[in-house]
Amino acid sequence: MPIATVVVMRLYVAGAAPNSIKAITNLRAICRRYLKDCYKLEIVDVCEHPRRALDDGVLVTPSLAKVSPAPISNVIGNLSDTRSVLAALGVPAIEIE
Amino acid sequence: MQRKGSRVTPKRSATPRLLSKLATGLQGFDQISRGGLPRNRTTLVLGGAGAGKSIFALQALVNAARERKEAGIFVAFEESTGAIFANAATFGWGLPALAKSALFFLDARLSPTVVQSGDFELSGMLAILEAKKQELAASWIVLDGIDVLLSLLQNPSAEMREIYRLRDWLHHNHLTAIITAKLDGDTRPANYGFMQFMADCVIRFDRRLEQGISVRRLEITKYRGSDFAPGEFSLSFGRHGMDVVAPGRAETLHEASTQRVSSGFEGLDLMLGGGVFRGTSTLITGAPGTSKTTLAGKFAESACRRGERTLFVSFDEGGERVRRNLTSVGIHLDAYLEAGLLCMYSGRTEAMNPEEHLIRIASLLREHRPRCMVIDPLSAIARSGALSSARAVGSRLIHQVRDHDITVFITSLVGGDDPETEGTEMQVSTIADTWIHLSYLVRGGERNRALTIIKSRGTEHSNQVRELVLSATGPALTAAYSSGGEVLMGTLRWEKEAEERARQNQRHAEFMQKRRELQFAEADVAAQIATLQLQLDRQRSELARYSRDEETRQVSSGERESELRRMRGTHGAATAPPVPGKRRAVRVSASSGSNGDHEPPRGQ
Repeated sequence: MPIATVVVMRLYVAGAAPNSIKAITNLRAICRRYLKDCYKLEIVDVCEHPRRALDDGVLVTPSLAKVSPAPISNVIGNLSDTRSVLAALGVPAIEIE
Repeated sequence: MQRKGSRVTPKRSATPRLLSKLATGLQGFDQISRGGLPRNRTTLVLGGAGAGKSIFALQALVNAARERKEAGIFVAFEESTGAIFANAATFGWGLPALAKSALFFLDARLSPTVVQSGDFELSGMLAILEAKKQELAASWIVLDGIDVLLSLLQNPSAEMREIYRLRDWLHHNHLTAIITAKLDGDTRPANYGFMQFMADCVIRFDRRLEQGISVRRLEITKYRGSDFAPGEFSLSFGRHGMDVVAPGRAETLHEASTQRVSSGFEGLDLMLGGGVFRGTSTLITGAPGTSKTTLAGKFAESACRRGERTLFVSFDEGGERVRRNLTSVGIHLDAYLEAGLLCMYSGRTEAMNPEEHLIRIASLLREHRPRCMVIDPLSAIARSGALSSARAVGSRLIHQVRDHDITVFITSLVGGDDPETEGTEMQVSTIADTWIHLSYLVRGGERNRALTIIKSRGTEHSNQVRELVLSATGPALTAAYSSGGEVLMGTLRWEKEAEERARQNQRHAEFMQKRRELQFAEADVAAQIATLQLQLDRQRSELARYSRDEETRQVSSGERESELRRMRGTHGAATAPPVPGKRRAVRVSASSGSNGDHEPPRGQ
């Protein structure tokens, strides 16, 4: 079942830190399975762009921010717990083929 | 534990003095830490909620920025920046201005709606902070409430890992760091135990209720490579921030003075062997109304008269009232107050806790620089807090005053009827150099004030109980009057004195009488002697005349005989041969009196 709206997300990572890499891997997997193409993901490396992180109010990494649809939500951690990620994103836990 | 990329901390062989320290600006703390916080090292501040950790950290940061132009970053994990500014507004640190220049405040609170999924690290945060640090050229960083963040990890090994990361990062960036963490009784002691190992200096803040008053304390539990004053110290919030009530120098650097200072009036000075020594403390105890304030006031007045700056601290009554009361007993302080020689401070003891009074008085000492001081009464500070803290404050106050070489008179209500109780309550009597006790003696239907010196270090003192008399010209001590082994006062004394006088008069009269009698007797005897002497003279002169007559007779009879012989002719022997047995005329010497023998010559 396709999702009506596009989920816009931003993932803040800290270079090649272990949890950041895991987060990227986990998130891509989640997107592939539950969002198919209905998402926009920006990955921000805070080591490269600390200013950006500060401005966005992000300190902890990895950190996932759902920008749209409202409400904004945040998840910190390497996103290993899929269920809580989906809940935060407001995405039903239904796999898409 | 060696990890790739981490630095090995070199073994510190330097002596404690060489550890570089940065002053926090909290004078008491800088004193007990012997200089402040360790430069380029981490200080861990632990304590319960509201114990003062954040203010302490902030104050140190602000001080570094204001005094040494050192830039710093304050990362707040628990409070909002607005709340921090509001809390510190009363201290007048100029935070808003500093926030634009030397200080950066980072709100690192996580939104309450944030969800956690999996493990995370602090790497990102540290990268962001590093960028900021470069931008500001900051040398200080405060991580306030980092336990909030670390607790999210919910995994002891993960927490430990992050703490290591933090430590390495701080070290690599040459930052002087203060990390604050909440430590309730049961909050994961294991991890904070580990964190304590990581930190070079660990300070524990404590806040608890003692007898209904909130009492704050601080304790340095560890300071690697440095000497520090162990144990708990009281904290207080003053006008310009927090401070620690420190005990003052461990050694007294000044020598004991041998100069004497008047206690206020001559009678008491005499009892003290000349007065009190300069720089000493004198405690006056006594029940209410025994004139302790009067004595203290007299001391202050005499100090002012000598031209010495004086500080009068009154805890019971306002300055004006004290002056008015003293005027009624002949002690006039108004002129000196106006001249600026005397400074009066009256503190409401109920409103502040003992430590706050101490801080207030300390600042007065700095401003006014008195040579003499009165604290009336010190016992009042025990009203507003725990007795133990009042006691500690009392002792610290005296030491502080002594350090400044100030001669101080302290009054205390404690030990009113029984001075012994002072030793168990405020315990100032054990520290004070001189201890004067005022009491009432009730005898013969009267209440008279008695003064006695219980102790006076380093000098001889009278140990008599004397009567203190107040008049419009001031207090005076009457000479000790003792009778029958007891000291008497008031009317009893007056009566006894009158009795004595009467008795003396009586004795004198008797003496005069006796003397007269003896004089008469003497005259009598002298007259008798004169009479006898006259008789004697008469006897002698008679005797002398008699002897003369006899001589004359003998001479004339001798002449007659020779005449006869001649007439009878030269032939023949004298027909009148000398009569045998005729004695020669014996001369009676006028001086022989009864001593000489004399035989009446054979008369013819």
